[in-house]
Amino acid sequence: MEYEVVIGLETHVQLKTVTKMFCGCSNAFGATPNSHVCPVCLGYPGALPSMNQEAIRYTVMAGLMLGCEIANYAKFDRKNYFYPDSAKDYQITQLDYPLCLGGGVEIAALGGGRKTVRIHHIHLEEDVGKLTHRAGCSGVDFNRAGVPLMEIVSQPDMRSADEALAYLTALREMMIYAGVSECNLEEGNMRSDVNVSIRPVGQEAYGTKVEIKNMNTFSGIHAALLFEIDRQKRALEAGQVIRQETRRWDPELGETFVMRTKENADDYRYFPEPDLMPIALTPEQIATWAKDLPEAPAKRRERMVAEYGIPEYDAGVLSADRALADFFEAVARRCGNGKLASNWVMAEVLALTAKSGTALADSALTPEALGDLLKLLEAKTINGPTAKALLPELFEKGGDPAEIVKARGLGQVSDTGAIEAFVDTVLAANPKVVADFKAGKQAAIGFLVGQVMKQSKGKASPQVVQQLLRAKLAALA
Amino acid sequence: MAGFDIDRVAHLARLDLTAEERELFGSQLETIVAYVERISQLDVEGLPATLHGHSVNNIFRADVPVEGLPTEVATANAPERIEDEIRMPRVVE
Amino acid sequence: MKDFCKMTLTEAVAGLRAGTFTSVELVRALIEAMEASQSTIHAYVTIDGEGALKAAEEADRRRAAGEDLPLLGVPIAIKDNMNVVGQPCTASSHILEGYTAPYDATVIAKLRAAGAIFLGRTNMDEFALGSTTQTSYFGPTENPVARGCIPGGSSGGSAAAVGGDLALAALGSDTGGSIRQPASHCGIVGVKPTYGRVSRYGIVACASSLDQVGPMTKTVEDAALLMNVISGRDPMDATSLDEPVPDYTQAWVGADAQKPLAGMVLGIPAEYYGEGLDPEVRARIEEAKARAVALGATLKELSLPHTAYGIPTYYICMTAEISANLARFDGVRYGLRVPCDDVIEQYKRTRAEGFGAEVKRRVLLGTFVLSSGYYDAYYNRAQKVRTLIRRDFEAAFAQCDLLLAPVTPEPAWPLGVYQNDPIRNYLSDVLTVGVNLAGCCAIALPAGTTAEGKPVGVQLIGPNFGEMMLFKAAKALELPRA
Repeated sequence: MEYEVVIGLETHVQLKTVTKMFCGCSNAFGATPNSHVCPVCLGYPGALPSMNQEAIRYTVMAGLMLGCEIANYAKFDRKNYFYPDSAKDYQITQLDYPLCLGGGVEIAALGGGRKTVRIHHIHLEEDVGKLTHRAGCSGVDFNRAGVPLMEIVSQPDMRSADEALAYLTALREMMIYAGVSECNLEEGNMRSDVNVSIRPVGQEAYGTKVEIKNMNTFSGIHAALLFEIDRQKRALEAGQVIRQETRRWDPELGETFVMRTKENADDYRYFPEPDLMPIALTPEQIATWAKDLPEAPAKRRERMVAEYGIPEYDAGVLSADRALADFFEAVARRCGNGKLASNWVMAEVLALTAKSGTALADSALTPEALGDLLKLLEAKTINGPTAKALLPELFEKGGDPAEIVKARGLGQVSDTGAIEAFVDTVLAANPKVVADFKAGKQAAIGFLVGQVMKQSKGKASPQVVQQLLRAKLAALA
Repeated sequence: MAGFDIDRVAHLARLDLTAEERELFGSQLETIVAYVERISQLDVEGLPATLHGHSVNNIFRADVPVEGLPTEVATANAPERIEDEIRMPRVVE
Repeated sequence: MKDFCKMTLTEAVAGLRAGTFTSVELVRALIEAMEASQSTIHAYVTIDGEGALKAAEEADRRRAAGEDLPLLGVPIAIKDNMNVVGQPCTASSHILEGYTAPYDATVIAKLRAAGAIFLGRTNMDEFALGSTTQTSYFGPTENPVARGCIPGGSSGGSAAAVGGDLALAALGSDTGGSIRQPASHCGIVGVKPTYGRVSRYGIVACASSLDQVGPMTKTVEDAALLMNVISGRDPMDATSLDEPVPDYTQAWVGADAQKPLAGMVLGIPAEYYGEGLDPEVRARIEEAKARAVALGATLKELSLPHTAYGIPTYYICMTAEISANLARFDGVRYGLRVPCDDVIEQYKRTRAEGFGAEVKRRVLLGTFVLSSGYYDAYYNRAQKVRTLIRRDFEAAFAQCDLLLAPVTPEPAWPLGVYQNDPIRNYLSDVLTVGVNLAGCCAIALPAGTTAEGKPVGVQLIGPNFGEMMLFKAAKALELPRA
């Protein structure tokens, strides 16, 4: 039988606030155990939470990026359960009034083309501490307790492991773009619970879903999905029933395993958090925050292709990094030639950053300087080799290309009289090469052009040199 | 009042009860639950809930660091420690 | 010179300022009286004589150096549920034995900044769950005025300390009457401020949406003085409000000498004068009403129609919140741990050993009203009834400035009575819980005694942030001190 796969993801994205969700402790990763803690995140008697406004703003920005509706009323709730990594033995989360509703992420679809994975909602909650299992005991570190997490809940709209991967990749790109999270996977900034079921093609009702908990690598999610889809298919084909259960992915063995089921079903006894007042953002407040929101990467890609006439591939590379895309657009606007700007940013500038190990933002190169340099090139004031030779200097030290060119007399020579003299000298000095050319060796002209350029100290216009050489050689014949 | 399952409630609340407590609290709580049930006499259809002590919204804090507790102080109250962490019996997932 | 222990807070501040006596003399006298009374009244859980004397010496030095602060060198007794850095803070529970506070509650930080000294921690019902101070793990407190009787609760230690001249003034906390009821039983003044007026940060939470910290003092003026220091928005408490803090000691300034209450309308809620009211309590309240009229006030009979639903609503809301607030007492990060190889068993045994019977009862009830299948019938419905109760008060304050009512239906009863009758105990909160459910402010002040000499209090209730009006009326109605 043919089966259709149904996948939904609940993705926790850690916000890059300076402090935790409900207290002033540092949100930084990697400190020694229990060094970023205070009475609030340790759940001490009498301590109270207070809402970090930046976490609210980031979540709203993320929501706007994903096209969500921002709730005009949101509140926090307590989810009650006992666990050693939970400092208060309840988690502050949002049950029924989350900050963002609806929205979607566009991805490449299974059968070609594009599709939208709908977002159900985004809510904000606090992370728990970390348990380290040791011989004969466990240790608890509360540094991570209270770190702000957005939970982005998708609709069950993905139909393959590849689509899930595409969704996560696009989501990560958008969150980095919106500037709300580092989305550093090694540091666990983006962790997903994966819900997957299968159903016979054409059947409307969903199959029984299985949840794979707490996955923090995209490759792991992809592999776990492939395994789980296959396992479910084989189970159904063998006439077995899929049980609704929570499974754990073992990356070493490449298999999912059933997690221990608790004897008593969970009863989290959610109720509104009395220590925190509700959030009711005004349209004005949201509009103010929206001003800082960058264009979504997919939209920007499309616009850059249309606006600058650059290939889709180039637009993809440039738009993947918000700062690079901003730089490119500034260069393109300055020099007025998008294609030229794209070629230079993609080839020359990226090569320089790779070679020097210096990020573009840390270099002295401004988009204005590069734009001006390209303008000089376009106007044929300088030639290509001169422009290329100047770039590393602008990258390292900065400066005004027009002034450098003027001061050093690097302007290209297009005066035919001056170039003609160089051509005559070169032709006279290289009779053997001239003879080769006449004998049909077209490549010989390259050598002669080089010699003329050398005579002109690189300033001659290569096009003019070509023309003159060809004319003279033709005359010699 | 039907459904007051003291064992389930005690488990959710993580409370061990002695046999005497189980019996005493069980009967007392049934009486109390029967008493508080009088709120069911009121028609509350369409009424908003009062979830907080007042109704002022949007009380935020700026994202500015505040000095916390040094590790020694933060773990000093813990009944058992292991290095800089708080020691617990081994937690089985 | 007047006996140090009998001084009011205002007198002590004036004496220290005038140099009539030193903080060390004052503190030494109090510590002596406190320690002597521990075997009888037992108002305190912890007395820090040494620390208090050191702080007094420091205060005297500062004063000699020309410093002056509102409470410089003045000792204040603190309920055992407020964190004071370096001191124990048990909330009178076994489960917090051994815990040392690593931080100051905001009210403590404010008092400290005003120069106050913390000489002892007062006894209370365990986690503030009770109205007799008999649920304390450390044993009951006795009423210093009506000997052999309960001091009320949960802030019974604070009330007994102030009423028994074992403190100049104290802080208490009020979730359903826990300041006003013991103040009434011990013949002192107690204020339950508007919800959001005083920071709750650092107060071991009972029910977060109901708790407020307030002063317990010998006079109305003392209460106003303490309110000046502890009020205001606290960034650490997201439910505290950014309302201006007036000088409460100015509330009665400029009032007419003969008719200070002229123009004031006092509402008389019929439901607070029902059949269960003790005749002697009723008599004292009637006298207070007559005095109010003589002082220029107009009385207006009115109704708070949902009063009868106050107790069930309160016990649902409060126990739901405490079931979550008390979850953190799990033996992991502080306090008692009954070690066990299994984590869940460790929780269960720690909490079984660490909590007393009343705490267990309320945690069980709160867990139940939030549990799946019962949430809508109990918790959710109670939140809606709470709206009705809040609206009752709003409607009342549209017709009057303040409400005048008894604090408790009967005077203090003997220690040990009603111990195993939780409903009987819960019902005694009927005249105080409405204020907490509605969020408004109230003051309890002495209204005389019964024939046996048991104190009776009268309660004035004001709208949100109506504390100035409350103090103005209370000052006028205050009886001369014996």
